Amino acid sequence: MTKPKLAVYWAASCGGCDIAILDIEEKILAVADFFDLAFWPCVADFKYKDVAALDDGAITLTLFNGAIRNDENFAIAELLRRKSVVLCAFGSCASDGGIPGMANFYERQTIFDYVYGKSPSTVNPDKVYPQPLTKVPEGEIYIPAMWDTVWTLPQVVDVDYVIPGCPPQSDQIAAVVGAVIDILKNGKPLPPKGTVLGATDKSCCDECLRQRDVKKIKKFVRPFEIIPDPDLCLMEQGILCVGPATRGGCGAKCVAAGMPCRGCYGLPANIRDQGAKMVSALASVIDSTDPEEIGRIMAAIPDPLGTFYRFTLADSLLRRAQV
Amino acid sequence: MSFEPKIIGILCNWCSYTGADLAGTARMKYPANMRSVRVMCSGRVDPGFIFDALAHGADGVLICGCHPGDCHYVEGNYKCMRRIPLTQRLLQDMGIDPRRLRLEWVSASEGGRFQKIVTEFTEEIRALGPLKLRDMKFDMNRPDRYSLMAEAGDTVHTY
Repeated sequence: MTKPKLAVYWAASCGGCDIAILDIEEKILAVADFFDLAFWPCVADFKYKDVAALDDGAITLTLFNGAIRNDENFAIAELLRRKSVVLCAFGSCASDGGIPGMANFYERQTIFDYVYGKSPSTVNPDKVYPQPLTKVPEGEIYIPAMWDTVWTLPQVVDVDYVIPGCPPQSDQIAAVVGAVIDILKNGKPLPPKGTVLGATDKSCCDECLRQRDVKKIKKFVRPFEIIPDPDLCLMEQGILCVGPATRGGCGAKCVAAGMPCRGCYGLPANIRDQGAKMVSALASVIDSTDPEEIGRIMAAIPDPLGTFYRFTLADSLLRRAQV
Repeated sequence: MSFEPKIIGILCNWCSYTGADLAGTARMKYPANMRSVRVMCSGRVDPGFIFDALAHGADGVLICGCHPGDCHYVEGNYKCMRRIPLTQRLLQDMGIDPRRLRLEWVSASEGGRFQKIVTEFTEEIRALGPLKLRDMKFDMNRPDRYSLMAEAGDTVHTY
């Protein structure tokens, strides 16, 4: 009997998701035992043409991490969609745009001008910018062209499941992979399409072990400015924590370690926009009814857009900075 | 054709919607550009509603609630008072003019004030022009999307 095929791909991502998969320790052996690895550029030398040569639907499960921000990302997303039975958006970049999604605060040209011109470590007096096509004596060579806007995987192709996280926690990956093997081995039904796997429906606060009382804040502080009480809710201590607008499933590890939630698990169920929800949550905790004082308290938040949409800008209602 | 702004008005049930009703029964005229939505309290207005309205074609959003201190639910309008400035800051950072979002207090007896606010706001949005949002939906046929990789197997492995 031939083994089911597994593919893992990275588009616009850092590679952390691939490492998180390897981080499931000895369970990776069960994965290697059960699946035939069809494609995983991070760990072995696969070629796109080998994937293109497969029959449509030949890959049983594809874990796709990374956002879509150039034509290579998009071409491979389409290719893997055709070749896979089940396509999972794996990690926050694929599901919500993630950190690369913050490029949507700028235009491509602005980013190029900074990276290839103004950044302190760059010397580029001739203003050499990457070009998609370059003529060399041997012919034309091609590199993928970067797009103006970063997209999430579900925005560009049909996606079956979402596994959020930056990266998804290894225990959650192990549980999901175990469930997939169980389903395939024993012919059990798949969860309904669109299910978020490896996470809860509630917010990060639901898993947080810190003590919560009535939240009333007169002043926001940044984590380095105070030594936080180890048992008290960070928000109550004035530290801006995105937990209330973030999906649980990670076990609230950052918060337990004294760092505020950054929002990597994306939106909880039934919420459409993380930043909007965070504005709502903050407005409820600020202890003032005086517009001027409210303005002063709010002004102490250094970068609301980047803080509230750190991982979900590409998936937000307004999508990108409109210039 | 001249530009007719689309405005979503989110009005609290207890003061502002009644105030709008008063403007209507008193036959006060104001521009028909505002589509009103009644909510039980201005504290019910999630900033997501505002973004959703703008993302779906509204050029401006007007939120009206009870005057501070008059909230039927004691402090709902204070929540709204704290949300709107931060929402406006997000809009500004997103490159959308924050004047497209306005919060006003209108009591049940202020039909005239409601008429004045809607008229003013409509003219302000008319002057700002239509809200143009781009890249709201993925379009693979945009000119900056090179199609050289359509057949991944053929071209990609050459670089």
